[in-house]
Amino acid sequence: MHYISPVLWQFLEKWLGNSPLFPPEGSAMSVHVDVFFLFLLLVEIVGVTIVTLMVVTFTILYRKERHPVATQIEGSTLLEATWTLIPLAVFLVCFAWGALLYFRIYDPPTNAMNIYIVGKQWMWKAEHPGGQHEIDALHIPIDRPVQLTMISQDVFHSFSIPAFRIKREVIPGRYSTVWFEATKPGVYHLFCTQYCGTDHSAMVGWVYAMKPEDYRAWTQGSTSGSSLAQNGERLFASLGCHSCHTGQESARGPDLAGLYGSKVRLADGTYVTANDAYLRRSILTPGAQVVAGHSAIMPTYQGQVSEEGVIDLVQFIKSLNSNYRIKQGATAPELEPGQAGTPGTVPAEPAAQAQPGNRAGSAHTTPGTVK
Amino acid sequence: MSSTSIINLPNQQTARMPKNHYLNSGYGLKSWALTLDHKRIAILYLLTTLFFFCIGGLMAALMRLELLTPAGDLVASDTYNKLFSIHGIIMVFFFLVPIAPAVLGNFLIPIMIGAKDVAFPKLNLLSYYIFLIGGFFELYSIIWGGVDTGWTFTTPLSTHYVNTNVISAAMGIFIAGFSSILTGLNFVVTIHRLRAPGMTWFRLPLFIWSYYATAIIFILATPVIAITMVLIAMERVFGIGVFDPALGGDPILFQHLFWFYSHPAVYVMILPGMGVMSEVVGCFSRKRVFGYTAVAFSSVAIAVFSFFVWAHHMFIMGISNYSALVFSLFSMLVAIPSAIKVFNWSATMYKGSITFETPMLYAFSFIGLFTIGGLTGVMLASLGMDIHMTETYFVVAHFHYVMVGGMVSAVMCGLHFWWPKITGRMYPEQLGKLAASTLFIGFNLTFFPQFILGYLGMPRRYHAYPAEFQVLNVMSTAGASILAIGYLLPAMYFLWSLKYGAIAGSNPWQATGLEWQIQSPPLKDNFEEIPVVDFEAYDYEWLANKTRHEVTNVG
Repeated sequence: MHYISPVLWQFLEKWLGNSPLFPPEGSAMSVHVDVFFLFLLLVEIVGVTIVTLMVVTFTILYRKERHPVATQIEGSTLLEATWTLIPLAVFLVCFAWGALLYFRIYDPPTNAMNIYIVGKQWMWKAEHPGGQHEIDALHIPIDRPVQLTMISQDVFHSFSIPAFRIKREVIPGRYSTVWFEATKPGVYHLFCTQYCGTDHSAMVGWVYAMKPEDYRAWTQGSTSGSSLAQNGERLFASLGCHSCHTGQESARGPDLAGLYGSKVRLADGTYVTANDAYLRRSILTPGAQVVAGHSAIMPTYQGQVSEEGVIDLVQFIKSLNSNYRIKQGATAPELEPGQAGTPGTVPAEPAAQAQPGNRAGSAHTTPGTVK
Repeated sequence: MSSTSIINLPNQQTARMPKNHYLNSGYGLKSWALTLDHKRIAILYLLTTLFFFCIGGLMAALMRLELLTPAGDLVASDTYNKLFSIHGIIMVFFFLVPIAPAVLGNFLIPIMIGAKDVAFPKLNLLSYYIFLIGGFFELYSIIWGGVDTGWTFTTPLSTHYVNTNVISAAMGIFIAGFSSILTGLNFVVTIHRLRAPGMTWFRLPLFIWSYYATAIIFILATPVIAITMVLIAMERVFGIGVFDPALGGDPILFQHLFWFYSHPAVYVMILPGMGVMSEVVGCFSRKRVFGYTAVAFSSVAIAVFSFFVWAHHMFIMGISNYSALVFSLFSMLVAIPSAIKVFNWSATMYKGSITFETPMLYAFSFIGLFTIGGLTGVMLASLGMDIHMTETYFVVAHFHYVMVGGMVSAVMCGLHFWWPKITGRMYPEQLGKLAASTLFIGFNLTFFPQFILGYLGMPRRYHAYPAEFQVLNVMSTAGASILAIGYLLPAMYFLWSLKYGAIAGSNPWQATGLEWQIQSPPLKDNFEEIPVVDFEAYDYEWLANKTRHEVTNVG
């Protein structure tokens, strides 16, 4: 990252970062984006200056008083080629630089820690791997790549942290991801930037970038007692999944142990990688991609499991190295009575009617200002 | 005639309006409502689109007032959402898209190519009424509760989650779309078939080339928005699952369909403005437009490239990273023809004999603001930058620089330039200059702060916003009030000039186009006899010769 001139680096970090006309730089990527922005700004200024200079000079030199009779000029191929090719070259540099940056912003490193985000009208829910839930807040450690796997429960939303220079659409029905590495502890804005209905402008929150030790303290202090995978295990048992996915050779459902990340052969002969999206699809629309050697008998869980529930189930399946936990769950299903109160299942009323005031369970109160 | 102006008016003591012209060729409501005269239809369109502009402008004013304070205190959230939705829908579909083609195009295309009317006069009137019906649907949606989907109708919000008049608003756009298609068709056929003898393609004014490109986009892109709007209505009414993921549909598909129209539509809004620029810059520099062929073909290039850039509105929506690459590259390429045009207009002034009448002031403001708007477009087309800038006020500022700074300047420019031809009377020149300067200042004060707000991260379509953004928002609102004066002033003096303006004579700017060689206002059939064109476009030497040898005491 230090191939950028140290002087420019200082300028960005110390001066622009504290200017009220420039957003704070909170992530490793933000400086790279800002350097590119300054380059584009330079292109803009040079372009506008050239045009303005041409117009102003000509209007002064060739105004009617000074130059009463116009000289007719047909054109000039050489000149026109010049002002075609030079902008083209500059724009191609913008294209290449922008593309490199785009791939860096949207390709998460493999060692990133994963946090799930569920967007719904009009709140952001964050689910940490340890089971911490937050609403309209996101606690993250600095100096560590964090990947967000996001999905919407209703309409399009867009997850934006301007200080990190990242943004990605949060779409119903499919996971989208974005990643960042915060560099400075602080409190930053979190916005929904895709218009999503009545309280779009209230779908805002705060990102708390914390030192690793503070983050550890926070995770320990605000856990709900069970991790996502443990929630998933309970849900797995209460939905009766283990009656088919027993892990045995003769089972009606495919073996789930070690499934995550592996290549799965489908009934139509094609292969698919078992990632979050595949698992989600297989739970909600199981008929779409049937595993080879099994018949399409699994019922759909669309409308029965909420997006949070799917995330819990996926986390549970991810954690399965053997079928030990499944067998444990199958032998003691009565541990989780009361279907209605099961975490992760869809509540009786449609999610779309959720009220904005319904924010119980928020892990933290909203702070007053940034920094 | 002073040495600093080219305005050449007949002697006001003796001058009279022509005895017969299209405005007095018939009186009464019927002579207007059933007219087949392209000029009268243009006037009908002008009144209708200006009415819609007032509605859209009023919405904008209310929005800017709301944004004066960070808290959402003037109107409720739902009301604010309706304000920006209506502002967008009205301004895009019922003002920007029709104003230049249907008003200036209808009035000028037949005259400029030496024809008595468009190829299909009845179709022309029909497209006006179709537009009017679409407009009524839109008015119905506004009056009976409004619509709050945003002008982009994002699914599944528009199909499943809002309870406002989405269907009637979508139908309004659907119906008005047919008006665009028919107008485009009419223009294409007119330009191909009705050119006067000797009016070859390369003798056409550049205005015609841009309008030809516009018409092509109208014909090819508008059906797609029509289909999309029908699908939205069907999904709302019958619950078919084209866009709804719960029914196996794909909400991203909607984005593709919508932007496949709406990006080319952006060029529908700006290309006619570019046509106006070529006429005005040439006229007030007394010169042929520099590099005629390049400017002509750049219009066509814009029309072609505009169909291959739509997904640059979707860079953050999870389209494949590689398809994002292709669309970014094409978006860079579409910027090139626009750059060529800007440079060629600037170069037209080189060794010209420049005067500074109101249309020229608007042309300057177009060139400057369009350059800023265009280059910020390059910023947004740069993939990595777009992630941070998109869906913020940066985008809002960018397209207002192109649409308002560019296109509305061009419309004002064109209205002032051809006002003497349309009405036979001059507008007051000094007031015109004042209004042009007011608009320029007000515009920049309104929209420049929004670039900064956008980079700071303020999302668009926010009813309430964090307090640290207030100063820039107050500046923007202050600018908007200046902008409003800049619009009201011309509205008043244009009305005044209808009765009290100086009589313009046939060619007050001493311009070369065919439209300036006939009386103002023109005859109902434009020409007494179809002219034979034996001169190139923008041939100011030919014009000077002609004027020198003309007998000066007419009538």
